[in-house]
Amino acid sequence: MKLPIYMDNHATTPMDPRVFQAMTPYFTEHFGNAASRNHSFGWRAEEAVEKARKQIADLIGATSKEIIFTSGATESDNLAIKGVAEMYAEKGNHIITVATEHKAVLDTCKHFEKRGCRVTYLPVLESGLIDPDMLREAITDKTILVSVMWANNEIGVIQPIAEIGRICHERGVLFHSDAVQAIGKVPVNVIQDNVDIMSITAHKLYGPKGVGALYVRRKNPRVQLTAQMDGGGHERGMRSGTLNVAGIAGLGEACEIAGREMGQEAARLTRLRDKLAGRFTTELAEVHINGTMASRLPGNLNISFAYVEGESLLMGINDIAVSSGSACTSATLEPSYVLKALGAADEIAHSSIRFGLGRFNTEEEVDYAANKVIEVVNKLRELSPLYEMAKEGVDLAKVEWSAH
Amino acid sequence: MAYSDKVLDHYNNPRNVGALDKRDPNVGTGMVGAPECGDVMKLQLRVDPGTGIIEDARFKTFGCGSAIASSSLATEWLKGKTLDQALTIKNTDIVNELSLPPVKIHCSVLAEDAIRAAIADYQKKNTAVAGQPVAQTV
Repeated sequence: MKLPIYMDNHATTPMDPRVFQAMTPYFTEHFGNAASRNHSFGWRAEEAVEKARKQIADLIGATSKEIIFTSGATESDNLAIKGVAEMYAEKGNHIITVATEHKAVLDTCKHFEKRGCRVTYLPVLESGLIDPDMLREAITDKTILVSVMWANNEIGVIQPIAEIGRICHERGVLFHSDAVQAIGKVPVNVIQDNVDIMSITAHKLYGPKGVGALYVRRKNPRVQLTAQMDGGGHERGMRSGTLNVAGIAGLGEACEIAGREMGQEAARLTRLRDKLAGRFTTELAEVHINGTMASRLPGNLNISFAYVEGESLLMGINDIAVSSGSACTSATLEPSYVLKALGAADEIAHSSIRFGLGRFNTEEEVDYAANKVIEVVNKLRELSPLYEMAKEGVDLAKVEWSAH
Repeated sequence: MAYSDKVLDHYNNPRNVGALDKRDPNVGTGMVGAPECGDVMKLQLRVDPGTGIIEDARFKTFGCGSAIASSSLATEWLKGKTLDQALTIKNTDIVNELSLPPVKIHCSVLAEDAIRAAIADYQKKNTAVAGQPVAQTV
C-alpha cells in the first residue's frame, strides 16, 4: 500500500490509464482542428470528436447531436442556466433550484436575481432530498427552468430525478440537472429520467480536467439556448471555440469504460463504503452520518464525529486525503452550507469528514483509513473539553458559550 | 494549508492536556469560544498560595490544529509566572512563536482570552472570600 492515500474522489478523480492512452494520439500526431473541413488532419480530429460524442450519448441514453462540448461543469451549468434564462425571457423569469446545489448553479442563479429574475431555493429534508410536493407548489406560470443536481458533491445523496423531471414536464418547464457526481457512478438515462439539459464533466469520472459537456435535448421538447460566447458558431451555435480534441477523446473513453464497468464498480464501492461506515458506527460512540444512506452514491460517506473538530482530525490523518465541512478548511471560514441546509447544528458541520471512495481505492486502504481515523478521533476526544462535559452529563445545548 | 513545525509539534505532542479540580480555590478556570464557531478552549491554572506563582496549567481544546497548539503553548508559558506576568502574554506573542497565518490569528486571540478568563476566575474566587479567614493561607 502506498501513502498518502487518495479518498477525495468527489473533488476530482485520478485519470484512468486507459483514458490517458486514448488521448495520447491527439496531442502531437493527430493535432488537427476538428473544424477544418478540407483536409485529412481536420477529418481525423473530427472523427475522434464524433466518436466521443457517441460514447457520451450512449452512456446517458441521448443521441450524439444532443451533446455540446464545454470546458467543464461550471461552464456547462452557466450555459444551461444563462442560456435558458436569456432564450426564454419572454416566457418567464422564474427559476427554481435547491439550497444544496453546487456554487456553479447557485452563483449563476444569484447573477440573474440581480438582473430581475426571481429564484426559488427549495429547502431539503434532513435526508438531503427535496420534497417533490414543494417543487410542485413552487412552479408558477412564470417558471422557465428547474435546476436540481443529480447527486450531491458533499453528502452524495441522489435526488428523485425521474419524478422531478416528470413534474417539470407536466407543467411545461425545462429541467436541468448538474449530474457531474452521478454520471458513470449510477445509471443515468435522460429519456427515462425526464431530463432536458444536463451538465457533465470528465475529471469526476477518471477523465482529464478542463473538458465537459452539456446534454441539450433536441425533441419533446426541443431546447434552445442563447450562446454565452461569440465566435465561430461551433457546437450547433451554442458554444463557440476550437474543440479540445484530446480532452474530448478522453471524456468519451471515460464514459465508455464507466458504462461497461459501472455495475461491478458500484457493488464493490458500496461494500467498501459500508465497511468503512460500519467500523465507525460500531467502534466509536456518537457518530452521525449526514444525509440518507438509502439514496446515495456508492463511494460517498459523509460523517460527523461529535466533539472533534474536522480540521484537527484531517491534521491527524494527514496521509489520507479527504475533506471536511469544517469552517477552518474553507476559504470563507463558514461551515458547509450543504450540511447546514440539512438542519444540522453548526458543530455537526464543523465535525464532518467526507470520504469519497473511487475506482482505485483498495480494501487495504479502507482498513488503514478506518484504523487511523478511529485512533485519531479517540485521541482528539481526550483533548476535547466538549467530550469531557458530555461525559459529565452536561447538556452542551444549554451551556451559555462566549461567542467570539 | 501547510502548518509550521511548531504547530505540528504541539498538535502531535500537546503539553499539559488534562483538567484540574475546578472547585479547588487555588484553581482558576477559563472556558472561551463556542461549538458552533468551531472552537472551544478550556484553560486552567493553579496558583501556589504562598508564592502567588502559577504552579500548574492544563488545557483541553475543541478546535483546529492551530487552536490546539495555541492553548498548548499558553499552558507552557503560564507555568512559573505570577498572575501579573501571565497577563502580559499577548496573542501576538503566540502568533509569532507558532508562525500562525492570518486566517489563524483568531486561535491566538482565543488563547489570550482563555488565559484572562482563567485568571479572572481565580481572582473572583479569591476576592469572594477576602475579609474572611481563608483556610488554605492560614
